[in-house]
Amino acid sequence: MKDRLTLLLFAAVVLAAPLLFAPTGAAYPDLLQRFAIYGIFAIGFNILFGLTGYLSFGHAAFLGVGSYAAMWMFKLLTMNIIPALLLSVIVAGLFSLLIGYVSLRRSGIYFSILTLAFAQMSYNLAYSVLTPLTNGETGLQLRLDDPRILDGASEAGTLPSTNLFGFDMKEVFWNPNILGYDLQFNWGYYVCAVLLILSFWISIRIFRSPFGLMLRAIKTNQTRLNYTGVNSRPYTLAAFVISGMFAGLAGGLLATMDPLAGAERMQWTVGGEVVLMVVLGGSGTLIGPVLGAVFIRYFNSVLSQINEQTLHGWFSFGPDWLTNGLVVIVEPFVGKGWELTLGALFMIVVIFLPGGLVDGARRIGRTLTGANRRAAKAEAA
Amino acid sequence: MSKLIMNRRGVLKSGAVLGAGVALPTIFTASSAAAYTNEPTGGTVTLGFNVPQTGAYADEGADELRAYMLAVKHLNGEGDGGMMNTFSSKELKGNGILGKKVEYVTGDTQTKSDAARASAQSMIQKDGAVMITGGSSSGVAIAVQGLCQEAGIIFMAGLTHSNDTTGKDKKANGFRHFFNGYMSAAALAPVLADRYGTDRKAYHLTADYTWGWTQQASIAAATEAKGWETVANVLTPLTTTDFSSYVAPVINSGADVLVLNHYGGNMINSLTSAVQFGLKDKMVNGKKFEIVVPLYSRLMAKGAGENVKGIFGSTNWHWSLQDEGSKAFVKSFGEEYGFPPSQAAHTVYCQTLLYADACERAGTFNPCGVAEALEGFKFSGLGNGDVEYRADDHQCFKDVLVVQGKENPTSEFDLLEVVEVTPRAQVEYAPDNEFFAGGSLGQCNDGSA
Repeated sequence: MKDRLTLLLFAAVVLAAPLLFAPTGAAYPDLLQRFAIYGIFAIGFNILFGLTGYLSFGHAAFLGVGSYAAMWMFKLLTMNIIPALLLSVIVAGLFSLLIGYVSLRRSGIYFSILTLAFAQMSYNLAYSVLTPLTNGETGLQLRLDDPRILDGASEAGTLPSTNLFGFDMKEVFWNPNILGYDLQFNWGYYVCAVLLILSFWISIRIFRSPFGLMLRAIKTNQTRLNYTGVNSRPYTLAAFVISGMFAGLAGGLLATMDPLAGAERMQWTVGGEVVLMVVLGGSGTLIGPVLGAVFIRYFNSVLSQINEQTLHGWFSFGPDWLTNGLVVIVEPFVGKGWELTLGALFMIVVIFLPGGLVDGARRIGRTLTGANRRAAKAEAA
Repeated sequence: MSKLIMNRRGVLKSGAVLGAGVALPTIFTASSAAAYTNEPTGGTVTLGFNVPQTGAYADEGADELRAYMLAVKHLNGEGDGGMMNTFSSKELKGNGILGKKVEYVTGDTQTKSDAARASAQSMIQKDGAVMITGGSSSGVAIAVQGLCQEAGIIFMAGLTHSNDTTGKDKKANGFRHFFNGYMSAAALAPVLADRYGTDRKAYHLTADYTWGWTQQASIAAATEAKGWETVANVLTPLTTTDFSSYVAPVINSGADVLVLNHYGGNMINSLTSAVQFGLKDKMVNGKKFEIVVPLYSRLMAKGAGENVKGIFGSTNWHWSLQDEGSKAFVKSFGEEYGFPPSQAAHTVYCQTLLYADACERAGTFNPCGVAEALEGFKFSGLGNGDVEYRADDHQCFKDVLVVQGKENPTSEFDLLEVVEVTPRAQVEYAPDNEFFAGGSLGQCNDGSA
């Protein structure tokens, strides 16, 4: 019952996001799509890391593979997104089965290093050796002379756009002006949103299932589990493949929203970023990974675009010397310094809220309801 | 034990803090219902400057940003006007573009296609930018050019030297002022044959990605036409920092010229390594061993220090040029920032003026109108002599500079010497040249479809 309520609330927030995010300056289709896509990526990663405790640095490889698979579908078969997304999930699943089978022979730090090595290998392959397949550094793009055998001939000289049975992913279907905000409701975002809600639901089901319990048991004490006669490897492998498939779906969606697949999507930094998202949001929680993904994407896009001109605009209230002083102080932390701010925020969260943003929300909730006070009283008594 | 006090004052205070926090990140909101993507309706027009601010090309990106800000100043009638005064087209009056004040937004491409496209998307969707410009890597430029084509926005390419940008990946909405690998090769080969003779054996080290490949193929073809022989071409990963294992085999290969198809940090490291192996002082086949760097920049020369002395390469523009346009640009850039501009700064400054001028001549910001105004446009006074934006592939054709590392530099900026200004006719090629074939511009897109 509580889960159903969580899901409903989650769905409501996700579906209303173009309205809810309007005051934060993040309510434009591209960023909202990224929120949802990286949310899916993080949800999948959380099934592996949050439940089994296996820390993989290699999930960027599955994201990249998913993107490439989807792009090839767009190039060869059709611009409809269904075959592309299906293939990206399948290919990423197979690829993660292969890597998981090898990497899961080890646990702990050795597992992490193995996945990191595989991701770096995939990146280098995509970057240069497999150039005929990946178009190397330039990245795979749509071209006018792609066959697209299921689609009819497109209008001369224009590239077709990705669609779901005629609904154009780029199209803003409703563009109202509410409370002074110019809102953009876009098909692409709603495709991502529905898949995000679906992923969230799958994640709830896994968390509450006997399978999820087994995964938690692995995290708690794998040795003891093995001594009781349980072979834990099929479970970890299943978790690894499931999270790989989520990553593949996210990669496919990235290519769907913006038809380009580049090798840097496979770089280990992307794999590291998803770890940050999950840890920041709260690993092992349901909603945490999505929160973390939104948080990092938001800061990534908003902070890096603030420049001197905008700062002068903000601080124009005071006398000149004050404005200039404030600009000088703030400038190193925005624009090109956005990583600095993100790093500092991450440190603050990890040091003071070890359970991530979800932990923070819980503490605030406890303070508000006075649970703390009661607990303290009980302790004293 | 904390105790939450709820009174009117507290609620007001927290409300204000919350409100400020929520409102702070709001920057601009785009307007809607226009004839083409992001039609400017108010008194201002927004341009998007998308440059690498972090990563390997951050130096170039920072210099590009300086030039953009200078160009915006000049367009809005502040400062001394720079090259607007020497530009052959006199449409720009210093009152913005089409009477609208120029504003800009900036973004960080991180030299990654994904990040660059995300940042360009936010400029288009959130800030309502009507033109995107920038890029310090061919891969990024090609990726952003593709995005602008789909969104119905003009893309004015910055520092991108790969043949593919206006070759197999060219787009109707994309325009490039900078030169390319083929032009470098066509300008360099005659000078090399003249100085080093026509019976040379060349060994190539090439950055293993699209720019490196097109650059290497171009220079190999051009030198072979002069009688040179290509002994070997070894691909080096872009992330290489220690090139000694790549340089060592050169010594016994029988080659007497080493061509470094490297850029930025790669070039600095490989050249340093080659000099440490004593290649510059070697005699092979009875001839003095030589090193060539096809694409040079002042920032790279600065990084490589002493090692660049006497080494040939090519460049798009150099601040020591003495024409009126270059002098005006160096003067106003120098007064603003205290040092001379790089070729990256020059090309993006030109691109911004060219875009503004095209809007004025077209009488609209509509990408299709602007593209039509740019196609086949002939101009001069921007530091490169007579230039033409060719309609077939949206590539600028102009003179190319062959430069050499200076033996006795007089300052930290005076590192390169212009050896020859190769005339435009010598670097020109047919639009269906083998290095550029395979792509097509497609139709101009203004986003109204």
